Amino acid sequence: MTDATFAATPPGATSRRLREFARNFGPVVTVIAALIGLWYLACIPMNAQNSLLLAEREGIAVSPATAAERRDVGGIALAFATPDQALARAFDQDRPRLPTPHQVVTELWDTIVGQKITSKRSLVWHAGITLAPTLLGFLIGSIAGIALAVGIVHSRVMDLSVMPWAIASQTIPILAIAPMIIVVLNSIGIQGVLPKAIISAYLSFFPVTVGMVKGLRAASPSDLDLMRTWNASGLRTLLSLRLPMSLPYLFASLKIAVAAALVGAIVGELPTGAVSGLGARLLAGSYYGQTVQIWSALFGAAIVAALLVAVIAAVERFTLRRMGLA
Amino acid sequence: MTTISAQSLDLTFPSPDGPVHALSDISLDINEGEFVSFIGPSGCGKTTFLRCVAALETPTGGTLTVNGMAPDDARKARAYGYVFQAAGLYPWRTIGRNVTLPLEIMGYSKADRTKRMEDVLELVELGNFTNKYPWQLSGGMQQRASIARALAFDAPILLMDEPFGALDEIVRDRLNEELLSLWKRTNKTTLFVTHSIPEAVYLSTKIVVMSPRPGRITDIIDSPLPKDRPLDIRDTPEFLAVAHRVREGLRTGMEAA
Repeated sequence: MTDATFAATPPGATSRRLREFARNFGPVVTVIAALIGLWYLACIPMNAQNSLLLAEREGIAVSPATAAERRDVGGIALAFATPDQALARAFDQDRPRLPTPHQVVTELWDTIVGQKITSKRSLVWHAGITLAPTLLGFLIGSIAGIALAVGIVHSRVMDLSVMPWAIASQTIPILAIAPMIIVVLNSIGIQGVLPKAIISAYLSFFPVTVGMVKGLRAASPSDLDLMRTWNASGLRTLLSLRLPMSLPYLFASLKIAVAAALVGAIVGELPTGAVSGLGARLLAGSYYGQTVQIWSALFGAAIVAALLVAVIAAVERFTLRRMGLA
Repeated sequence: MTTISAQSLDLTFPSPDGPVHALSDISLDINEGEFVSFIGPSGCGKTTFLRCVAALETPTGGTLTVNGMAPDDARKARAYGYVFQAAGLYPWRTIGRNVTLPLEIMGYSKADRTKRMEDVLELVELGNFTNKYPWQLSGGMQQRASIARALAFDAPILLMDEPFGALDEIVRDRLNEELLSLWKRTNKTTLFVTHSIPEAVYLSTKIVVMSPRPGRITDIIDSPLPKDRPLDIRDTPEFLAVAHRVREGLRTGMEAA
């Protein structure tokens, strides 16, 4: 570098900006790079069976020599036994046991950007199918959760009786109860979005209840005493004091609840024959051994969850800042 | 005319270590328009007594009347405004809307609410801060807003529980002066809990000295100071004499405990 280049930019400005960038994003990038590296590394033993089979079919000598001999040998051992073939063929198989990151990204790109949104092959279309029961269930669950919390905070009987049941409800595996909900509702003629939404609501009410019980009790004793000196009714205290004070807790719970609602909607798609939706993509992928499709559906679900949480976080930031609670 | 009357008032709280005698044999009459300070160490029951007057606690023995009524009826009749040590303003409401909150709850009309809010904020010299949010105000200004809120519905009694306890001494002096002039103008019967001897002597027409375990009254002093009190009255022999008597009362209370 010459003296002239130094003169063109204020001394240290570029390097400071670089340092700042590195400080902000360095840790994130490092972790992601490490994870992707591990992922690629894991592909070698995970896909070794298939790699060696493909090599054997092309007449390349591998060890052990036959599929029958290799069947009970672990992937790591196989990869070490014939490292060149295991390495060369691990990353671009048609039906890998573990698809590589670039295969998943390619599939995501093809099914998100490469298809018309109305196409049944579009992941966006499937995500939309899953989104409807997610949002409806999230709405039902949140309202139910808030209502339960209001009851628990105001009634000693509910305080003592509801919480154990709410906790018990969450210990039942959702996979066990989802088909029952679908079947029972179907038998009384309710089909479509609502049964799935109810499964979503079943998962999402709980964090809202727990968070809001805490939030509705967040007002300080002197704030509550003050309301009492004004002879304010319970309803008035709820609306003017307890609910506004509970908002930080509400938003924290809603973020958990919306992710849980998405899980509920995906699980709710499984027992219905899996025609459409992210859950259907997962199930169909596993029927036909399409691991790339499974993984891209998983990432699709993760992206949807991240977007939903981000929307709530944005509303949270705006609301709490406006209310002076941030 | 007697506004608040306590006759051999008792209050015991149950606790894991046995009952706590928060108030023991408290007898006290407070007349209309008096400024009464309650002073004593922590645990002497001064705040508890204020809370009994406000019907936030229920005495276990003796009688207590507020405005000739049982405390809880007085509360429902909105006989008093209460000021806590924490200003307790809602961060999502402007100062003006914080002051109108009790008025909304009590069902005042919108026009009346606005007028009263403007009047009391003018009274505590916060007239220009109606549309500001609490975080935009200093601690002393927040406490003034909270006093305005307690005055807004024009209750005849003002109960103040260490309202300036969290403020520094310079701000505290100013607020003491302002509170005194406020009291002279509104003539409200004021009950004021404090830890500070100069504050108690400076403000009060009557000082109730209390001591702990059990919470009881050790001395009641009727102040000889005139109603007009500039800040430098605190250097006069009369003031120092009263302060001395308060200190003596506190000491004997501690020795007896």
